[in-house]
Amino acid sequence: MAERTQKQKPTPGRTEETVDAAPATTGGGEKLKAELDDLLDEIDGVLETNAEDFVKSYVQKGGQ
Amino acid sequence: MAIPKVCGIETEYGILVRGTDSNPVSASSLLINAYLAANHRKVGWDFDDEHPGSDARGFSVDDLLAPAIETHLVNAVLTNGARYYVDHAHPEISTPECLTARDALVFDRAAEEIVWASMQAATALLPEGAEILCHKNNSDGKGNSYGCHENYLVAREVPFGRIVHQITPHFVTRQVVIGAGKVGCELPGVSTADQPFQLSQRADFFEEEVGLETTLKRPIVNTRDEPHCDPTKYRRLHVIVGDANMSETATLVKLGATSILLAMIEDDVLGDDLTLANPVTAIRQVSHDVTLQRLVLLRTGRRATALEIQWELLERAQKYERSHGLAAVGHEVGSEVLRLWEGILAGLERDPDSVAHQVDWVAKRRLVQAYADRHGLKPGDARLKALDLQYHDLRRDKCLARRVGLDVITTEAEVRHAMTNPPDTTRAYFRGRCLAKWPDQIVAANWDSMVFDIGRDPLQRVPMMEPLRGTAATVASLIDESDTPAELLARLGA
Repeated sequence: MAERTQKQKPTPGRTEETVDAAPATTGGGEKLKAELDDLLDEIDGVLETNAEDFVKSYVQKGGQ
Repeated sequence: MAIPKVCGIETEYGILVRGTDSNPVSASSLLINAYLAANHRKVGWDFDDEHPGSDARGFSVDDLLAPAIETHLVNAVLTNGARYYVDHAHPEISTPECLTARDALVFDRAAEEIVWASMQAATALLPEGAEILCHKNNSDGKGNSYGCHENYLVAREVPFGRIVHQITPHFVTRQVVIGAGKVGCELPGVSTADQPFQLSQRADFFEEEVGLETTLKRPIVNTRDEPHCDPTKYRRLHVIVGDANMSETATLVKLGATSILLAMIEDDVLGDDLTLANPVTAIRQVSHDVTLQRLVLLRTGRRATALEIQWELLERAQKYERSHGLAAVGHEVGSEVLRLWEGILAGLERDPDSVAHQVDWVAKRRLVQAYADRHGLKPGDARLKALDLQYHDLRRDKCLARRVGLDVITTEAEVRHAMTNPPDTTRAYFRGRCLAKWPDQIVAANWDSMVFDIGRDPLQRVPMMEPLRGTAATVASLIDESDTPAELLARLGA
């Protein structure tokens, strides 16, 4: 499977994007991870108190 | 040359009342009426020109199975040019016609804010302890789906068959970019243990390649031929195959990339070689494969991943930008969309988590997985489905999408402005401004006309068959300078 990923012909634009974007997205990734940890810490206060009842009661009519 | 890709988005919201008995139709009516009572004088929708049974393939089924138009339900036009109504037991907002994908994003965000304001106004009318909840999602997890439809203006002269063949590969594979993510699966016989998570809310519900239906046997390309403008010049491509996005970037790329590809189809430069052997099978394969590695079969016999097909579409779009320019979608917005689209594909290829700030399914999956890991939950645990539902909850304090670090690319000021003011650059400007200025003298309005009561018989119908006439540039001063609709109509006639 890995070799197929490599098979796509890289365009100049794509190569540049990958190189340039790497440092920025790594920083973004760490920030997102920290935010996710914070969210998990607080999420039980945000989640519906009885998840099972909530999910069970969530019934919609079909639409378009 | 491709014509301007005027576009819009219409979203049916999930609705739930807690703490008192209610049914979804009356809850939706209450929701909308509460908003209108607090913010608007109500102007009704005019159904005279609606023909949802007309089929782009050249026949009409008005007498057979035309989707029912529920004329007795709440149906209003807002001063931002949008339509706010009850459709199939859901509240629905159709944005006004927008000249660019970015405008449509702003009006889609404004629609969310309108629904949130409606929830607060309606809850205030309910007994103590009861509340009304809305979700911007597309399924209840129990096999019931409701839509988020896109609309694009396309030149009538483009053969419909070309549109179907050439846009379908995008509709099947764009899920990797714009899927809103779903815990579980709603195909009969597939359990959550078999399919704990998938990319799209909607993919499980598509059973045909092409067709007129929207509520059952849903087709990947919908053939409703109801342009709401001059039918000799235009089509409105009615797209029912997308998810409702919480990510603003996803909404922008969804509308922008599709607009660019449709412009390319108009200019006949996209090509037929990406046609899929079996789009209905493929749309599910793509949605069900969170590894992004599964190959789908093309009609040529070639196999490719959804990501590879997206790369090819993007590269052709980039080439089109260089050869033809992006005037049809707006140069600046078009370039921004191509840049975002490329960044997302590169991120998905490298490490999907790197685009958790842009791609809904990635953001949701990350959250669900992290929560399951922390609490040792197995697939099928109700708490994981609750996270999925709550990702789309429009209550500010409960909405998980607001907490996962999604990029915000609109400003609060422009979204607030769009709640009550129309876009400047389409005919929605005329509709919205007239409604704001003369609510009592407008008897009815719809996409392509308005009916004025100027105080004497007969009522005056103003046809608006051109989506790009009636803009601020041409009618702002006429509306400003007219004290009455009669004056305005006299000036328009002059």
